[in-house]
Amino acid sequence: MKTHVDRDLCDNHGQCVFAAPEVFSFDDDDYLLYTEEAGDELQEKVAKAAAVCPVRAITFTGGSLAAGA
Amino acid sequence: MTGPRMTGPLTSGPLTSATGPGIIVVGASLAGVRAARALRERGYGGRLTLVGDERHPPYDRPPLSKEFLTGPADAERFGLPLDGLEADWVLGRAAERLDPRRLVVALDDGTEMPCEGLVIATGSRARPWVADAPRRGVHTLRGLDDARALGAALAGGGPLLIAGAGFVGTEIAAAARAADVPVTLVDKAARPWIGRFGAEAAAFVERLHRDAGVDLRCGTRVEALTGDGDGDDRVTGAELSDGTSVAAGTVVVALGAVPSTGWLAGSGLALDQGVRVDAYCRALRTDGTHVPGIVAAGDVARWPHPWVPGRGLTLGHWSNAVEQAEVAARTLLFPQEPTAYRPVPSFWSDQYGVKFRSVGLPELADTVEVREQSTERRRLDLAYYRDGALVGALTANRAARTASYQAQLAAALALAPDGPLPGRQAATS
Repeated sequence: MKTHVDRDLCDNHGQCVFAAPEVFSFDDDDYLLYTEEAGDELQEKVAKAAAVCPVRAITFTGGSLAAGA
Repeated sequence: MTGPRMTGPLTSGPLTSATGPGIIVVGASLAGVRAARALRERGYGGRLTLVGDERHPPYDRPPLSKEFLTGPADAERFGLPLDGLEADWVLGRAAERLDPRRLVVALDDGTEMPCEGLVIATGSRARPWVADAPRRGVHTLRGLDDARALGAALAGGGPLLIAGAGFVGTEIAAAARAADVPVTLVDKAARPWIGRFGAEAAAFVERLHRDAGVDLRCGTRVEALTGDGDGDDRVTGAELSDGTSVAAGTVVVALGAVPSTGWLAGSGLALDQGVRVDAYCRALRTDGTHVPGIVAAGDVARWPHPWVPGRGLTLGHWSNAVEQAEVAARTLLFPQEPTAYRPVPSFWSDQYGVKFRSVGLPELADTVEVREQSTERRRLDLAYYRDGALVGALTANRAARTASYQAQLAAALALAPDGPLPGRQAATS
């Protein structure tokens, strides 16, 4: 599966890091890092991360939970 | 002891017939919309009705006390996505009464709406100013109309007086200062945020506001709002309990929020500054038993956190509304196998380019560990402990640390026991 974060929307709230720390993290300057390609076993967590993003900056494709996948 | 399994309107199966009255969600803001979405995502195919007392389509509230106030008034950006909900909307109507036995909601226009399942998500309202006040220029901030009115007033230049230096009060102060509006911020506590986060955090917050030019008056309260009294009845300022007075063209009363439970008075549901629910978000009667077919979520729900058993707590945070709505919807659809709601609470606040993030329940702490506190670098890292165990954290511009605290708290909560098992406290009436 592929994950994408829209940097124009992202406001570094960090809810995605709480929901899916395997995929999302922060560096020491509060910049959001994430893994674009993740195993399908993580798609439930990525879906949760997308659902709890306050600014809806996260989209993902390729998994069975992906919108329009 | 084996109580009967919960019997309720939905035990015939979650996917009730398409012809039945279906599920009503009272409250069309974040918790209500998220509950509706969760119901659909978990396969509910029956009728779904959302009732909201605002005439606006559902929207997100966090921006209202921040950039929206003094920035571009593009409220469309904050609309909640509603695609796929397949819901009937009753907007601009408030629920006025509930008969929990018959599961009937009465609206303020006299309509009676029966249902098979009910989600209570009526949120909270701003605590009003109860004493006399001039008719013009005195605001509270809760909804979009409030934010538009306050934003228009601030565009007039202020000066602004804010009564209450909690989250909303301090965020409004920051937004107003960003627009160069003169601000006086008044709070009865010795420092902003001190009650929830302690002296170290409060000193940091105080410094931010003083550096930005806020006239911060702590340890005093607004005693009276004064007006021009010449027929226009416009606010001119306030008298404080320390004997001083403050001139203001606009006043915001930011003294906290009150859960919106007025419509449930007399229903037999347990009301205690919120609707009492059990660990599964099931609404409780005054005798402590739960009501079949009724759940609550969001600001309005008073729920037992594993660390705050007994009376429990209410949380007005964005993530609480989202996560609790999900659990409440699951309980409603699958009453035989509900899961307990046991989140790591979290919230954020943006002020002067500083992003505060809090996880856990710092207000429970007996000890605060200051791991970093730099007003120059605008960074803060505070860990909160109770009996030696981490119960929360507050950081500023320290996102990675927040995430690490959150993970520790989540791990600790995973080991906490559940509340009473579902079915043990069965409905017996």
